Amino acid sequence: MRSILPVVLALVVAGLIIVVMGSNPLDFYAGVWKYGLTGNNWQDSLRLMAPLMIIALGLIVAFRGQLWNLGYNGTFLLGSVVASGLGPNLFPVLPGWLVTAIIILGSLLVGALWSVVPAVLKARFGTNEIITSLVMSFIAIGVVNLLIKGPVHDPNPRVTAPQTATIARENLLPFIDGTRVHIGFVVAIVLALVAQFIVSRTSFGVRLDVFGASPKAAQHVGISRSWMIILLFCTSGALIALAGSIDVLGNVTYQRANWNPGYGDAVMPFVFLARLSPLAAIPLVAFYSVFANGGINAARSVGLNSDFLLVVVGLILVFMTITEFVGEKRRLGQGYLPAGMKQSVMALFGPRAAAPVKVTTPAPDKVTTSSSPTTTTTSTPGKVTT
Amino acid sequence: MSTIAAEPGVISLREITKAFPGVVANDRISLDIVGGQVHCLLGENGAGKSTLISILAGMQQPDSGTILVDGRSTPINSPKAAVDLGIGVVHQHSTLVPAFTVLENLMLGETGVLRNETRAKARLDELSELLGARIDPDALAGDLGLGQQQQVEIAKAMWKGSRLLILDEPTSMLTPQAIEKLAASVAQIKAQGLAVVFITHKLREAYQMGDCVTILRGGKNVGHIGADQLASFSEAQAQRAILAAMFGDDVATPEAADLAGATEAHREVDDIELGTKRVRLELSGVATRGHGHDVDIRDVSLAVHESEILGIAGIDGHGQAALAEVVAGQRSAAQGTIRFDGADITRRGVAGRQQLGLRYVTDDRLHEGTVGGMSVAMNLVLKRIGQRPFWKFGQINRKAVDAEAERLIADYAIKTPSSATRAGTLSGGNIQKVLLARELTDGARFVVVNKPTYGLDLKTVKLVRQILTEFAAEGGAVLLLSTDLDELVELSHRIAVISDGEIVGIVPNDGRGTAERVGQLMTGAIEGTPATEEAHA
Repeated sequence: MRSILPVVLALVVAGLIIVVMGSNPLDFYAGVWKYGLTGNNWQDSLRLMAPLMIIALGLIVAFRGQLWNLGYNGTFLLGSVVASGLGPNLFPVLPGWLVTAIIILGSLLVGALWSVVPAVLKARFGTNEIITSLVMSFIAIGVVNLLIKGPVHDPNPRVTAPQTATIARENLLPFIDGTRVHIGFVVAIVLALVAQFIVSRTSFGVRLDVFGASPKAAQHVGISRSWMIILLFCTSGALIALAGSIDVLGNVTYQRANWNPGYGDAVMPFVFLARLSPLAAIPLVAFYSVFANGGINAARSVGLNSDFLLVVVGLILVFMTITEFVGEKRRLGQGYLPAGMKQSVMALFGPRAAAPVKVTTPAPDKVTTSSSPTTTTTSTPGKVTT
Repeated sequence: MSTIAAEPGVISLREITKAFPGVVANDRISLDIVGGQVHCLLGENGAGKSTLISILAGMQQPDSGTILVDGRSTPINSPKAAVDLGIGVVHQHSTLVPAFTVLENLMLGETGVLRNETRAKARLDELSELLGARIDPDALAGDLGLGQQQQVEIAKAMWKGSRLLILDEPTSMLTPQAIEKLAASVAQIKAQGLAVVFITHKLREAYQMGDCVTILRGGKNVGHIGADQLASFSEAQAQRAILAAMFGDDVATPEAADLAGATEAHREVDDIELGTKRVRLELSGVATRGHGHDVDIRDVSLAVHESEILGIAGIDGHGQAALAEVVAGQRSAAQGTIRFDGADITRRGVAGRQQLGLRYVTDDRLHEGTVGGMSVAMNLVLKRIGQRPFWKFGQINRKAVDAEAERLIADYAIKTPSSATRAGTLSGGNIQKVLLARELTDGARFVVVNKPTYGLDLKTVKLVRQILTEFAAEGGAVLLLSTDLDELVELSHRIAVISDGEIVGIVPNDGRGTAERVGQLMTGAIEGTPATEEAHA
C-alpha cells in the first residue's frame, strides 16, 4: 500500500500540472499507455528495463548495508565505455563470444575498482561515502568523455562528432526469439532473483541486514566492518557498470560524449518504494520503464518537454516521504505536529497569555484553601497592548 | 490532600498525566517541591521518574495536569521556559561537550552576541564556592573525572540563577568518596534556599540525603513521606515505610530491601579456593591502540579461574569497553597475549572465540547486542549465523532456528508474544534475557558481562545476578564489568579496579569494607596519589 500510494498521488498531481500547462492529462496518460505498451512498444520498454533493473540491484546492495553509493552515473558510463570502446576494436579480430565475455568481465572489474576508492576511504578513515562516491562519479564522467574524444573515438575520419564507432549488428547481444528484447533483460531478471535468494535465504543476507541495521552489532557478531564496506561497494559498482555495458551491447550500440541517461537518478525512488527488496523492485522498475518509454513520445504528442518525466519522479519521491512520515506517526499514535507546538501556539492566544515577566506578587495573606488562585492573578488587565 | 497550593517558593505538580503508546508513564502525579528542601524521588526503572523530569525541564508536554509556580499555573513549553523559571537539570549521562573547555560548556546557553568571559569566570567562581569544589575553567570537559564533570553539570544547571536543581540518578557512577562530596554540595545548595529534586533508586541515599521522599511505582505516586514525618522516623522505620510503598503490599522482605539498596551490600557468592581452580582466561600485558574516542587499555594482566566471578570496578569510560572487546575479540590486541584454557587465542576473531565458549554480553543491548528490526528468533542465533544446523549449505533452516528460539525463550522465561516478534519491541529486561540466553547457551565456558543490570527493573536485576552466579557455580568463569559497586561486592570473588585503562589493584572480596577499599583505589588512581593498598591477590 505504501509502495503504490505515492505513485498514484504523483500521477494525480502530475496530471494537475499538465492541466495548468494547458494540455490534457488524459491524452498524456493515454499516450503513455499507447507508446509504452501497445504494438511492439512493450519490447522497447523491456529493453530499457534491462539496465534500470541491474542498476536498481546495484543500489539495493549498497543501500541495504546503509552505504550511500551515489556514484552510479559515473560508474554506469565507465561500464558502457568499456563496451563502446573495446567492442568496435575487438569484435573484428577476436571471436564474438570471447569479446562479449571480455567486455562483461571488464566492466564488472572497472566498476568494482572505481568503487574501491570511496569504500577504502570509508572503511579506513570514516570518510562520508556520499561525497566521495559523488566526486568519483564526476571524475568518471570526465574520464569517459576524454576517452571518447581521444583513444576510443571512431577511427573513421569522416566522423567528427565526439563518439565511438558503432558495434556491428551481428555482434550485439542476441534477441530473445521473436522479439527485439535482448538477453540482457533475462540477465537482469535472473540477477534480481538471485539477489532475492541471497538476501532472504542465505547467511550472507542476514549478515548484510545486521550490518545495515547497525555496524556495531555487526562487529559484535564478528562481521568485519571494513571488509563488508569494501565488498558491498565493489559489488554495487560492478553491477552498475555491468548495466552500462549491457545497455551499449544490447541497445545503444555506440556512445557519444556527454551522453548520460541518468538511469540511477530515475530508479532511486523505486528502489526505496520496493523497500530494498530485489523481487519487489521488478514490478516497480517495470512500471517506470513503461512510463519512461511511453512518456517520452506521449510528452511530445501533447506538447510537453520530455524532462516532464523527471518531474513525475521527483513528485514520487516527495509523496513517498510524506506517506512514510504520516504512516510512521500513525503507527506510533503520535500527532503530526512537533511536540509542544500546539500548546506553545495556543498559549499565545490563550487567556493566560500573561507576559513571562515575573510580577513577584508580594506574598499576600496565605490562602489556605485552594480557592482557584488563577482568578485573582488574571484580574489585573492593566497593561493590555492593543 | 496537601493544602499549600498557593504558597510562594513552591513548584507544584497537579495531576500530571503523560501517556506513551502502550504505557502510561505518569498517571495523575501530584507533588510539591519546596525551596530549601531536598525532595527525593524514589522508584524502579520505568516508574516514571525520567518522564516527570523531562516534563519539569520542558522537554515533554504533559497530556493533562498543571504545573503551579508560586501558585500560578505556568506551562513549561520548552527547555528555555524551564531555564527562565530557574529549573536546572543534571542528567544521568554527561551532556558536556568533551572537546570544549569547562567555561565554554558553561557558556553554551548564553544568548548575547559577544562572549563575556570575565563575567562567566566570576560566575563560575561564585558557583564553585557554593558547591565547595574547585573547577578549572580552562580544562577540557573530556579530561575531567566523572565526579568533576558532574560538578560542572551542576554549575551549568545553576548558571542562570537556579531555583530548582534536579539531579537525575547522580550517584550511579560515582565512587563512595565522590558521593560524599556530592552530598556536601547538595547540602550547601539546600542551605541557599534552593529546592533540590534528587532522583535515585537506592533507598539508602534517599534516607541519607532527602528531607522528604516521594515514591513512584508504575507511573503513580504511591507514597509520600513529608519532611516532619521523615525527621521523626528512625532509619528502620523509614525503610519499612518506603519499601512498603515501593513493592506494594507484599511483605518487605530482606530481599526487597537488598535490591532497593537499603542496606550495605555484602557478598553473596560461595567461597571458592582459587588455588585449586584452573585458570580459564589469562591476559598478560595486553594493550589496545587507537580506536577513536574511548580509552584504550595498557598493560593489563588478569587471570580468571573456572567457577570464579572476577569483578572489574571503575568509573565509566576508563577502558572497560576496550577490555571487554579485546577479550571478546572485537578489538585486536596491539600487545600482549590472551590465553583461553592455556591456548593462545590472541589472533582469533569473534566467531572463533565464540565457538571455544568465550562469550560477551555487551552493555549496549539495543544497538550492539541486538538488531531491533529483526525477530527474537534471529537475534537468538545471531552469533551462529551460517552455522549448522541453522544454515545448511548456506541456506537458512527456519525450523531449526525457530526450535532453538522456542527452547531459549522457555529456558530463560523471555516474555515475547512470539519468536517472530521484532526484538526492538521487547522491554529492556527481556532484551537482556535474550542476550544472556544467546551467550550462555551451546557450550559457554567463560563470559564477559558489561554492566549487566544497568537500567533494568529489580526483578530482572535479581534474575540476571542469579543467572550469573549459577553459571559460575557450574564451573563457568565470569568477568564482570560494572560501575555499580554494590553489585560487584555482591557477586564477585575478587574485584580488580581499572582506571584510565590500567588495572590499579585487585582486592579480594572477603568480608566488610571491600567497597571502601575499591573506592580508595579508584580515587587514589584518579587524583594521582599512589594507592596505599596495593594488590595482594
